[in-house]
Amino acid sequence: MDVDHDSLVAFAKSWGLFYLIALAAGVLVYVFWPSNRKRFDRAKKSILDKDDRPGE
Amino acid sequence: MLSGLTVSERQLSLVVLGLLAVCGLAMIGAGRNDDALGTHGFIVLGVSLGLTFLVISRYFDPEPSQERLSEYYDDPTRAGIILAMVWAVIGMFVGVWVAALLAWPDLTFDAAWASFGRLRPVHTNGVIFGFGGNALIATSLHVLQRTSRARLPDQFSPWFVLIGYNLFCIIAASGYLMGLTQSKEYAEPEWYADIWLVIVWVVYFLIYIRTLQRRKEPHIYVANWYYMAFILVVAVLHIVNNLALPVSLGHAKSYSVFSGVQDAMVQWWYGHNAVAFFLTAGFLGMLYYYLPKRAERPIFSYRLSIISFWGITFMYMWAGSHHLHYTALPQWVQTLGMTFSVVLLVPSWASAGNALATLNGAWHRVRDDATLRFMMVAAVFYGISTFEGSFMAIRAVNSLSHYTDWTVGHVHAGALGWVAMITFGSFYALVPWMWKQGRMYSPKLVEVHFWFALAGTVIYVFAMWNSGIIQGLMWRTYNDSGTLAYSFIDSLVAMHPYYIARTVGGLFFLIGAVVGAYNIAMTIRMARAAKVREEAGTDVPLPRPVATAMQAGE
Repeated sequence: MDVDHDSLVAFAKSWGLFYLIALAAGVLVYVFWPSNRKRFDRAKKSILDKDDRPGE
Repeated sequence: MLSGLTVSERQLSLVVLGLLAVCGLAMIGAGRNDDALGTHGFIVLGVSLGLTFLVISRYFDPEPSQERLSEYYDDPTRAGIILAMVWAVIGMFVGVWVAALLAWPDLTFDAAWASFGRLRPVHTNGVIFGFGGNALIATSLHVLQRTSRARLPDQFSPWFVLIGYNLFCIIAASGYLMGLTQSKEYAEPEWYADIWLVIVWVVYFLIYIRTLQRRKEPHIYVANWYYMAFILVVAVLHIVNNLALPVSLGHAKSYSVFSGVQDAMVQWWYGHNAVAFFLTAGFLGMLYYYLPKRAERPIFSYRLSIISFWGITFMYMWAGSHHLHYTALPQWVQTLGMTFSVVLLVPSWASAGNALATLNGAWHRVRDDATLRFMMVAAVFYGISTFEGSFMAIRAVNSLSHYTDWTVGHVHAGALGWVAMITFGSFYALVPWMWKQGRMYSPKLVEVHFWFALAGTVIYVFAMWNSGIIQGLMWRTYNDSGTLAYSFIDSLVAMHPYYIARTVGGLFFLIGAVVGAYNIAMTIRMARAAKVREEAGTDVPLPRPVATAMQAGE
C-alpha cells in the first residue's frame, strides 16, 4: 500500500485531533466521576501511613 | 544479600549466569577479528563468572525464613542507591573533565580514549543511565511495594534487573572509550547491548505488573503510573530507535534500518521522549511519593496529578520534531512538534505547581530541612526548565538557540536542577529509612551538599545562557557588505571565559555529590555498627556520639 504525503497529513490533522480530544474528555470524566472521589482521597492519604509492612 | 534468595532462586541464578557466560564466550569467539566485541565478551564472561562464584559461595546458606514474606524486599533498593551514587561520582567527574577539555583542549594527553568525542558519551550515559537509571530502579521498587502494600513477587528478578542493567551501562561506557558508537544521541550502545537491555527491561516491567496484581490497595497510586509509563515507553522507544542491522554477527558495528530524514525523525522522537519518560516521568514518580512523604502532607490535588499524567504522556510523544527545525523535515511536522511543545507547558506546570502547593503551609520545614529543600528546588527548576523548553521549541526562538550552548544550559537546568536535585532529596529521605536509622549520618553535610549543588547549578546555567546567546548572535550578525561579521573562531574565543565558568559550576556540583556519597556511606557504616552492637549485646562501651556540634574540651 502506498501512502502519499498529503493523505498522511490529512489523517494526522483530523484523527489526531479527534483522538486527543476524546482522550482529554475521557481523562476529565474519570477524574471528576463522583464515585471515584473516595478512592482518590484514600490513595492521597494512605501513603502517609507509618506502617511499613505489606498488607495481609 | 545472596542468602535472601531461596534455594530454587539460587539454582535459577546459576542457570542464568551460565547462559550469560556462554554469551560472553560466543562474543569472544565471534569477535576474534573485532576488538570491541571481543573485549565486551571478556567483560560479560568475567562478570558472569564472578557472580557465579559469589552464588556458589552462598549456595549452602540456610534458606530465608517464611517471615520474610511479612516484610518488604529492600535489598535491591539498597544496592541500587549505592550503585547510583557510584555512577553519580564517575559520571559527574567525567562531566567536569569534558567541560575542562573545552576550555583547555590539551587535557586529552594525546590518548584516543581521552578525546572529547569518546568521553562525552561516557559523561551523558554515566549520569543519565548510570546515576539516573539506578536511582529510578532503586526508588521504583521501594515506592511500588509501599504504595501497593505488597512485597515484590520474588527475590531473583529484581537482582536480574539491577545487575543486568549495570552490565549494560558498563558495556556502553567501555564501548565509547574504545570508539564504539551508533552515533545516536543517548542511544549510542551497539546492537548486542541494545538486545540485552530489552531483556532486562521486560523483566523490570513484569516485576511491576506482578506486584501490582498482588496489591492490597484498591487504587494504584499515581507515582506508580509515572514509573510504569517510564518503563513501558522507554521500552518502545528503545526498540524502535535501535532497529539496526549489524555488519555481521561477528562485528560490533551496525547500521540503522532508517535513513536520511526518517532516521533523524526516529532518533529525535526517541531523544526527546528519553527526556520525557526517562528524565521526567520516572522522576515525577519520585516527586509524587517522596515529597508528600517527607513534608508529611498529602499531595495538594490528587486529581490534578492524574490530569497532568495523561497530559504529559500523550503530548510529549509528538514534541520530538522540534529538534529538527529548519531541516529537511516537512514543515508541518516541525510545526506539530513546536505546537505540542508549547501546549506541554500546561501539564508540566500542573505538576510543578502541585508540588509547590503541597509545601504551602510547610515552608518552615523547607527552611529547616535540607532534604525537603532539595525537593522544593527540584520542583522550581522543573517549572523553569519546562517553560524554557517550550519557549526554545518555538521555531523563531530556535533559530537563535539551536546548536548553541543555550541548549546545553537548558539541558543542565533540567538535569542538575530537576533530575539530580529530586534524586538527592529522595535519597536523603530514603537512606535512613532503608538502613533503619533515625536520620542521615550528618544533617550538616546534607546542608553542605545542598548549597554546593545549588551554587553549581546556577553558575553552570548562567554561564551557558550567556555563552549560548552570544554565540547565537555572533553567528547571525552580518556586516554592511552582507557577509558574516564574525568567523567561527571569533565565537570560540568569546566562549572561553564561559567554558571556564561552567567547569567551575560543574566542579561545585561534583563536590556536592562526593559529599553526598560520603554521607550515605557513613550512614551505612552507622547502621552496621548499630547491628554489631545489637548482636554483641550491651557489654560494649558506647560509641562516641556522632554529634555535629563541638563539645566542651574538643
